[in-house]
Amino acid sequence: MGIKAVNLNYIYGQGTAFEQYALKDVNFEIQDGEFIGLIGHTGSGKSTLIQHLNGLLKATSGEIYVNGENIYSPGYNMKALRSKVGLVFQYPEHQLFEVDVFSDVCFGPKNQGLPKEEIERRAREALSLVGLDESYYSQSPFELSGGQKRRVAIAGVLAMEPQVLILDEPTAGLDPRGRDEILDQIDRLHRERGMTIILVSHSMEDVAKYADRLLVMNHGEKLFDGPPKEVFKHYKELEQVGLAAPQITYIVQDLRSRGIDIDDNITTIAEAKEAILALLSGKEKT
Amino acid sequence: MIRDITIGQYYPADSVIHRLDPRTKLFGTMIFLISLFLADSIWAYVLATAVLAAAIRISKVPFSFMVRGLKAIVILLLISVSFNLFLTDGETLVKLGFLRITKEGLYTAAFMAVRLIYLVLGSSLMTLTTTPNELTDGLEKGLGFLKRFGLPIHEVSMMMSIALRFIPILIEETDKIMKAQMARGADFESGNLIQKAKAMVPLLVPLFISAFRRATDLAMAMEARCYRGGEGRTKMKPLKYKSRDRISYLLFFLYIGIIIAMRVML
Ligand SMILES: Nc1ncnc2c1ncn2[C@@H]1O[C@H](COP(=O)(O)OP(=O)(O)OP(=O)(O)O)[C@@H](O)[C@H]1O
Ligand SMILES: [Mg+2]
Repeated sequence: MGIKAVNLNYIYGQGTAFEQYALKDVNFEIQDGEFIGLIGHTGSGKSTLIQHLNGLLKATSGEIYVNGENIYSPGYNMKALRSKVGLVFQYPEHQLFEVDVFSDVCFGPKNQGLPKEEIERRAREALSLVGLDESYYSQSPFELSGGQKRRVAIAGVLAMEPQVLILDEPTAGLDPRGRDEILDQIDRLHRERGMTIILVSHSMEDVAKYADRLLVMNHGEKLFDGPPKEVFKHYKELEQVGLAAPQITYIVQDLRSRGIDIDDNITTIAEAKEAILALLSGKEKT
Repeated sequence: MIRDITIGQYYPADSVIHRLDPRTKLFGTMIFLISLFLADSIWAYVLATAVLAAAIRISKVPFSFMVRGLKAIVILLLISVSFNLFLTDGETLVKLGFLRITKEGLYTAAFMAVRLIYLVLGSSLMTLTTTPNELTDGLEKGLGFLKRFGLPIHEVSMMMSIALRFIPILIEETDKIMKAQMARGADFESGNLIQKAKAMVPLLVPLFISAFRRATDLAMAMEARCYRGGEGRTKMKPLKYKSRDRISYLLFFLYIGIIIAMRVML
């Protein structure tokens, strides 16, 4: 499902004393099945941008096309859009409200008007995707730990089986194992079901590892747009806007500056490991 | 969406009125409100209008902002005007079936409308130029003498400032939760009354939970910083009258004096 944004502008509190420009002339096009990493400093407009993609915020000016259809055209079915484009908010655990975990996850599919068996099948599947087994089903969501609540909330959106899944910092505040589990699960949804993913993250390592393409926001404007390797080549500029390249890129740069001939295109630890091993085995032979 | 609500919103600007001591503004507003009820002649209203217009001008708050507060009282205004218009006895001007408009009715309705509008404008001028914190500080100090009668003035004003502080936070929270539930297909607009009430559950439950969480967090944070009520507590910025406040008080007394004189003499 393609999403295209044309000259998107958004101003918070328009017409009040507290006008705040949050998006300035943002343009991009996302193809079916891409894994996008959306990065940018705090307050750069990432959360604002993604809320446009399922029609929760209406652009002050500009258009959004989903599957070629303008979502601002009169009579456009926003509810259908929201079940196609699933959005997991920053700190989604604050939206839980049901008496038990299972019914909370059922809330989304129920709103889609599905039959009961289908709702329950989806809820079960979504809960197992986020790694919660049946022992959690009847627990109150308010008695879970923060990370478990997060998983329930993510399952609540997954159960709607969206074609595009947008996650706003889904791993903030999780332990390293929990982060990896959730991100691996998202990656699997992307690879196995061809789900389009937009991942907002402050971790350069995570986006380097999972995303095919990065969008970099700076003060409401799109600064870079391209594959992670291309974008991280601009690490000097990224630093100027409060971002950075992955740690490993710095190590590689450091090695190069010491005269070691290693590929400067490396952004993940796995790649670095291979390159270094190749270099070492090359040395042994000579 | 729900964020557009503007109750008692502060309008930041750099004007003499913004810089006045909150007690002065409270007192001035009170004087103005009293003067509206004392005024009973056209001339008194002309004076009140001039004073209000000058104050708005000096405050640098755009007029469109002031008028926004009036939207809330449109219905009240309509009701009170029509009651006065049709139900006052006196010299008949127009007769429409069983309804009749009298000369006296027209007068009282007009005065009533002006009074109500000025009441709202006068008090919005104060809330627009005073931050909630200044306002409660002003109240606390201005009503401090009541402590002698055992009234917990400090505690009440602290509660007030916390409540005021929480309004925008809760509005923001409501907005967030509403959006999160809408992303899950919740519908807050359509349906009959019962369906609408039911649709509020996914909004209200998380809102209450977060309000209680915030309240306990805040209480904990205040205790961690050794808050223990007003006893012996000092202020970072103690309120102090400056010469502009003294001049303002002088003007207030002059104004109310003239209004009273008009009432007695005209
Ligand atoms: N509800 C709001 N009302 C007014 N201004 C807002 C609101 N939400 C965000 N802003 C402003 O819009 C700008 C962009 O905010 P946004 O939340 O999109 O940033 P972000 O990139 O998601 O940041 P973070 O990484 O901290 O989540 C910020 O300057 C912020 O102050
Ligand atoms: Mg954000």
